[in-house]
Amino acid sequence: MLNIGGIQNGVVMDHIVAGCAMDIYHYLELDKSDATVAIIKNAKSNVMGKKDIIKIEGYTDFDFDVLGVIDPNITINIIKEGVIAEKRKLNLPERVTNIIRCKNPRCITSIEQELPHRFKLTNRAKGVYRCEYCEQQFKRG
Amino acid sequence: MRHLISPLDLSPDEVTDLLNLAEDIYSSPEKYSHCCTGKKLATLFYEPSTRTRLSFEAAMLNLGGSVLGFSSADSSSASKGESVADTIRIISCYADICAMRHPKEGAPLVASMHSSIPVINAGDGGHNHPTQTLTDLLTIKNLKGHLDGLTIGFCGDLKFGRTVHSLINAMVRYPNTKFVLISPKELQIPTYLKEETLDVLNIPYEETSNLEEALPKLDILYMTRVQKERFFNEEDYIRLKDTFILDKQKMQLAKDDMLVLHPLPRVNEISTDIDDDPRAAYFKQANFGVYARMALILTLLGIKTN
Repeated sequence: MLNIGGIQNGVVMDHIVAGCAMDIYHYLELDKSDATVAIIKNAKSNVMGKKDIIKIEGYTDFDFDVLGVIDPNITINIIKEGVIAEKRKLNLPERVTNIIRCKNPRCITSIEQELPHRFKLTNRAKGVYRCEYCEQQFKRG
Repeated sequence: MRHLISPLDLSPDEVTDLLNLAEDIYSSPEKYSHCCTGKKLATLFYEPSTRTRLSFEAAMLNLGGSVLGFSSADSSSASKGESVADTIRIISCYADICAMRHPKEGAPLVASMHSSIPVINAGDGGHNHPTQTLTDLLTIKNLKGHLDGLTIGFCGDLKFGRTVHSLINAMVRYPNTKFVLISPKELQIPTYLKEETLDVLNIPYEETSNLEEALPKLDILYMTRVQKERFFNEEDYIRLKDTFILDKQKMQLAKDDMLVLHPLPRVNEISTDIDDDPRAAYFKQANFGVYARMALILTLLGIKTN
């Protein structure tokens, strides 16, 4: 079992679909941040079988709602002085631009590279996002 | 500035007004023959569609206007790599309204975002074809006398058939509509259309692969062609293209007043031996297409008629 120490002040993102942690790392632009970041891949999970976890020390000011677009089941724990101070619920934004990309080969975005990839929320209960141009559903994972 | 990108861009009341206007044009075309004098329609067809393009051109000419445009991407600046946004900015300088056909889904929406003239989506890939939907509605309204309380069978390619998806979305707005969805398993209607439209609105529908069993129930049979260009795999196309063929024998199972519609062109899914059957309405439907487009051009240009 791999052990990574607890954090004092920061964020723990749990229940990330296994293999998606690096996507989130890039979406949150953690590669450009000087925060201490631990990425745990394929951790054992009773519910999910395996999962990814991201721990960030010293920084909590992220646009977490964007994560809901990628995976609405991620749990966000804000850690203060070593304990969970807040469990943040993800609110799905109505529209997102250049967060996720349309993969439909028939979409105009497939040939016009400079177009922004714009998605709108069409089913909040199921967290369904559709491309604003071709209406293809964004498939997670 | 109004555009028509999706069939649902028009409210039910606007659709009613537009269909009423189309029927008035149909009955008294001479009243409208100079309404667009001095106006120009640009037909921007990035993929060939002779029928739709000529229908738009006929519509504008019938209104006394003029037309200009191109009929394939090869003969446009798209072949030089120009973006849709730049093309429409230029076309806006030359014409008063435009109809765009594009193989990529969403291209007319992109055009509408950068246009200073009304943009009509004349078909974008397998996505939307709103003027076909207006044509279908006008045909049904004119020949049936009403749009409510109808049982509509869709047959053939319900997966990629954009005309089917658009007409379903348009018909769910009328009370007591029922659908019978007839297709091979591989070409069934997309799940999202069932989950996000039919189920949400509680619209009754059944799915079957048996055309003969479905026929006696139908007020409208909307046949579709299995479109080769929508398949990435030719083997699948060849296997599925001849699944349903409507012929004289099958028509004996249908109601006396059932209408057969088809967006055309057909390949072999409707046998030519039923062309003379009074229930075969697909050629009338093509004719109604011109009147629907005339009414749309007048509406989007904001031209009032007495």
